[in-house]
Amino acid sequence: MTAAIATDALGKRYRRRWALSDCTLDIPAGRVTGLVGQNGAGKSTLLNLAAGLLRPTTGTIEVCGGRPATDAAQLAKVGFVAQDTPTYAGLSIRDHLRLGARLNPGWDESLAASRVERLGLDPGQKTGRLSGGQRAQLALALGLAKRPELLILDEPVASLDPFARREFLQVLMEAVAEQELSVVLSSHVVSDLERVCDHVVVLVDSQVRLAGEVEALLDTHHRLTGPRRTTREMPRDQQVVSERHTDRQTTLVVRTEGPVLDPSWTVTQLGLEDLVLSYMELPTSDLTGRGDGTTGAPSLEVLK
Amino acid sequence: MIWLTWRQLRAQAATVVLAVTAMAVVLALTGPRLVELARAGADEVFDRLTSTDGTLFWAGLVVVAAVPALVGAFWGAPLVARELEAGTHRLVWNQSVTRTRWLLTKLAVTTAVAALAVGALSFAVTWWSDPLDGAVGHARGSFPGVLTPVSFAMRGVAPVGYTVFAVVLGVTLGAVLRRSLTAMALTLAVYVLVQLAVPLWVRPYLVAPTTATIAISARTLDSVVADDQGGPQSITVHTTDRGDWIVANETLAADGRPAALPAWMSDCFAAAPDRFAGPIEASPINPCLERLASEGYTQRVVYQPAGNFWPVQLAETALYLAASGLLAGFCLWWTRRRLS
Repeated sequence: MTAAIATDALGKRYRRRWALSDCTLDIPAGRVTGLVGQNGAGKSTLLNLAAGLLRPTTGTIEVCGGRPATDAAQLAKVGFVAQDTPTYAGLSIRDHLRLGARLNPGWDESLAASRVERLGLDPGQKTGRLSGGQRAQLALALGLAKRPELLILDEPVASLDPFARREFLQVLMEAVAEQELSVVLSSHVVSDLERVCDHVVVLVDSQVRLAGEVEALLDTHHRLTGPRRTTREMPRDQQVVSERHTDRQTTLVVRTEGPVLDPSWTVTQLGLEDLVLSYMELPTSDLTGRGDGTTGAPSLEVLK
Repeated sequence: MIWLTWRQLRAQAATVVLAVTAMAVVLALTGPRLVELARAGADEVFDRLTSTDGTLFWAGLVVVAAVPALVGAFWGAPLVARELEAGTHRLVWNQSVTRTRWLLTKLAVTTAVAALAVGALSFAVTWWSDPLDGAVGHARGSFPGVLTPVSFAMRGVAPVGYTVFAVVLGVTLGAVLRRSLTAMALTLAVYVLVQLAVPLWVRPYLVAPTTATIAISARTLDSVVADDQGGPQSITVHTTDRGDWIVANETLAADGRPAALPAWMSDCFAAAPDRFAGPIEASPINPCLERLASEGYTQRVVYQPAGNFWPVQLAETALYLAASGLLAGFCLWWTRRRLS
């Protein structure tokens, strides 16, 4: 099976700033992949590159086995729900469905109709008068009814209230179960993705920090709590991801394939959110060894 | 794609079609009387015109001049720019239609609708004005001929070329600037500049002009240009057909070389009374002109004969369409490559 998205040394520069650099990734098909990172980490850039809205400055990207947006057939394979879910404010919901039907050869009329029906909205209503949640649902319906192989969602729930957020993800998950499609969605709120993703990619400062299957990541990461000590004498197979020290106590997040044998540690299971956060806090120099002087842990947006 | 383009355009299109229809109805009601007048005799046209006719004549010129510019600014400039501003390009560029086809369809449908509307408008105005174009009244002056810059751009097929150009210009500026309002303002500015530059520097040479040497007399005299002291500095003459567009007008001495008016002309003109009302044949400056002619002075005139109206129209329309084609090519390239 080909990868949903495969990139090789992909980079994108806006004037002087690199929004994404040296990104080599394989996002598997048939999965729900969460793209996590702070605002400005390069999530949108990566997804827009995948949708073909942007062109790479360096490297290559292949989506469903082809270069993004090269022709109508390639466009038909990829659905894209853009950030803030733009719709034509002056056109009605019915017009948007007609737009989808006219512009997509694989359009699923009944799917679109039933999704809009479930929203309980008047099809004659102009989309400019819809709430953010309703507009996001409409954009999702448009993306799904196109019957793409891969559906990309760029911060689909960022502007939604918690209730609309939950409902949106619910609809998305149902659709994934029904339609057998690959999904890549981004968010700066990890807890949103925790419920829906089986694969995760973490972007920090325009670079890929972590990529992998959620289950495997959870299996190989542990939180160790014990009396205060330095991390120098840790076993070789235990890679320290993050460390916190108080006067008496040390808390580590380590990555290891094997079991933790030292009895002075209390080993606890990590949640995806804590795992991702510990990677995001990690100074860039520790991981890449480039020593670019970034040390302070970047502050993460406070979750609601 | 055509459906979407039409869905986005239809409200504006309806407005313009309504306005054009209203104008056409007014012209259709008042036009036949002018045709009757002209058939009765060109000399009488002027004396029996009402002030409404005059107003309509000038209104026709203004409307045909303004509509292409307005369509370029209000339909062309926001075509891509508004999508970029609202972010809807991210919706529409991810349907199963390439950007190139999206833009080509939008350009084609929009320019076609605009060109049809302006074509109909220009046809109506051209038909209505035909009896008046170039008409000369004995006492009250004349209407401009169809080839003069005043009327040429508001007659025939040229306005269609202008419209296509204005729309493509608007779309291109909108795509490059990404702001509707800025693009609209700049579209108007650039369009006006082009419409000033073309009649001044391009149109006279689109079709080779005719050169003629004309005798100076009271019959042929068109105007006398005064110098600082109020004396005559130079004179211009007109050709027999008032529809001709005179591009250059200069006095030749007896040896056939361009020359200034002789010094005695000032004294001769100064002797004539300032005001005079009466037939041309009895004008007090006539002796001055007769003396000028007898000393061998003639007037060389470079002009586009009224008969060149259609060749010049077609050449200018082709010029604008070619410019539109180049701009559209650039716009397509820009949208495909540079917009992201």
